[in-house]
Amino acid sequence: MEGSETRTDGNAIAGVLQEVFVREVTTGRIACASCAKVEPIGAEHAYTQAPGIVLRCRHCEDVLLVVTQPPGRTLLAFPRSRWMEIAAEP
Amino acid sequence: MARAAVLGRLSWRLGEVAELIDETPRVRSIVLDVPDWPGHRAGQHVDVRLTAEDGYQAQRSYSIASVPEDPRVSITVELLPDGEVSAYLVGELRLGDQFELRGPIGGYFVWEAQMGGPLLLVAGGSGIVPLMSMLRHREASGASVGARLVYSSRSWEDIIYRDELERLSARANGVQVFHTLTRSQPEGWTGYARRVDGAMLSETAWPASSAPMAFVCGPTPFVESVASALVLLGYPATSVKTERFGPTGG
Amino acid sequence: MTMGRISRGFRGKRTDEADASRLPPGQYRVDPDFPVLSAGPTPHTPLDEWTFSIAGEVAEPKTWSWEEFQALPSEEIRTDIHCVTKWSKLDTVWEGVSIDTLLEGVEHDATHVLAFSDGDYTTNVPLEDLVDGKAWVAFAFDGRPLEDEHGGPARLLVPHLYFWKSAKWVRGLQLMDHDEPGFWETYGYHMYGDPWREQRYSGD
Repeated sequence: MEGSETRTDGNAIAGVLQEVFVREVTTGRIACASCAKVEPIGAEHAYTQAPGIVLRCRHCEDVLLVVTQPPGRTLLAFPRSRWMEIAAEP
Repeated sequence: MARAAVLGRLSWRLGEVAELIDETPRVRSIVLDVPDWPGHRAGQHVDVRLTAEDGYQAQRSYSIASVPEDPRVSITVELLPDGEVSAYLVGELRLGDQFELRGPIGGYFVWEAQMGGPLLLVAGGSGIVPLMSMLRHREASGASVGARLVYSSRSWEDIIYRDELERLSARANGVQVFHTLTRSQPEGWTGYARRVDGAMLSETAWPASSAPMAFVCGPTPFVESVASALVLLGYPATSVKTERFGPTGG
Repeated sequence: MTMGRISRGFRGKRTDEADASRLPPGQYRVDPDFPVLSAGPTPHTPLDEWTFSIAGEVAEPKTWSWEEFQALPSEEIRTDIHCVTKWSKLDTVWEGVSIDTLLEGVEHDATHVLAFSDGDYTTNVPLEDLVDGKAWVAFAFDGRPLEDEHGGPARLLVPHLYFWKSAKWVRGLQLMDHDEPGFWETYGYHMYGDPWREQRYSGD
């Protein structure tokens, strides 16, 4: 598959996101601001072999989420996502 | 137990190697005693962190192979060419050694008996690991949902959990296992001998009309090709859950 | 990362004979490996559609097709490269067209450059860090055409800065009269990125 050399999916970033949100968030959905498609975070494309983590819309590959971790902090950016939902506690 | 597996700050714990099992020439299972392990669900993974004496660290994720019903945590690791972490875990690690892990992690690629089925599991190589946890859980929980596994390996010798899969499939209402061997086949082999494709899935997968839950795991190109093929067979995209291993870097 | 419990017998696969003076602080050598890092899918622009442009604060923008670009004088570059994720490779060999060659005859007032690539990747570099033999658009590595996963057909090569500045799949340079953060710089990485002063993150 073209372009798939470094691609994984949102499952691979579940740990980092749990560091930040203190709960599992990959079953929650995220809405792409570019193509409007909504998918669970676990199903979106994730690129983790990089200076940070980039979550991209599996439909249009636009950037939904960027996570970088300079020492002592975590930076979360939502460049092209309209919303992210977090499931209620079980 | 399920609650603990969803909430909470992830912290590094120390696991001690209680058992080492050579599954195939390049694959080893590591069974760990992890004090205060909160339990997990089939399909979840752990992050493993190794630290060298000079402070150099490497971290990798591994799917949990053991069942939620088991107090011990086991992972199954494939030795990857040039893999610094897998070389250590498969080659160097000894009984009694300890290393750091955190988890359980994940919630999307998870199956619990109460979620129902029937289950269609499609594995490419070491992608079998989280799916094996699901099959072991299905067995341990006495779940009655149907299960089919399509499992792609390079050769007969590379099939991970081969004997256990045979035992599971021999039981009443056991999982139906379809192996495909892509690089070499034993003499007299009558099974599939090519990469998983739409034709193979149309012969092995549950029909879409039975509303199956599909879980596909393995290298990225494998997962994407299989997921597309299932959708073409009529599986709703939301019923096909995927976990891409990607170039894990070993 | 915070210090962890030492794993008996683990040392990773870093190359032993590290020539310490050639490695910037915090780096380790990975030769012969060449890790593939990417913020997105690998683009595959066909060569007959590929162009390289100099645009922005210039009197007249310039564009080269792949054929025209290949006709430009190129040179071999032997250099060390340092990734912000801590790996370094020593004595890498490239072939590329010097930025000086590309800027020949371009009238401009620019002080900074935003390099742009396929896949919407960008990175910023001061103009003076690209000229006077400090940077190239490289199209070959180790005597072979640059592989797609390593930035082929052509990538920016600015070896004296962290390697995220050597934009893969580069398609042009936007000349500017001010500095503007590119992709990683927007998300916390250093605007300049000097490995010898360990400028990984903004504020370093």
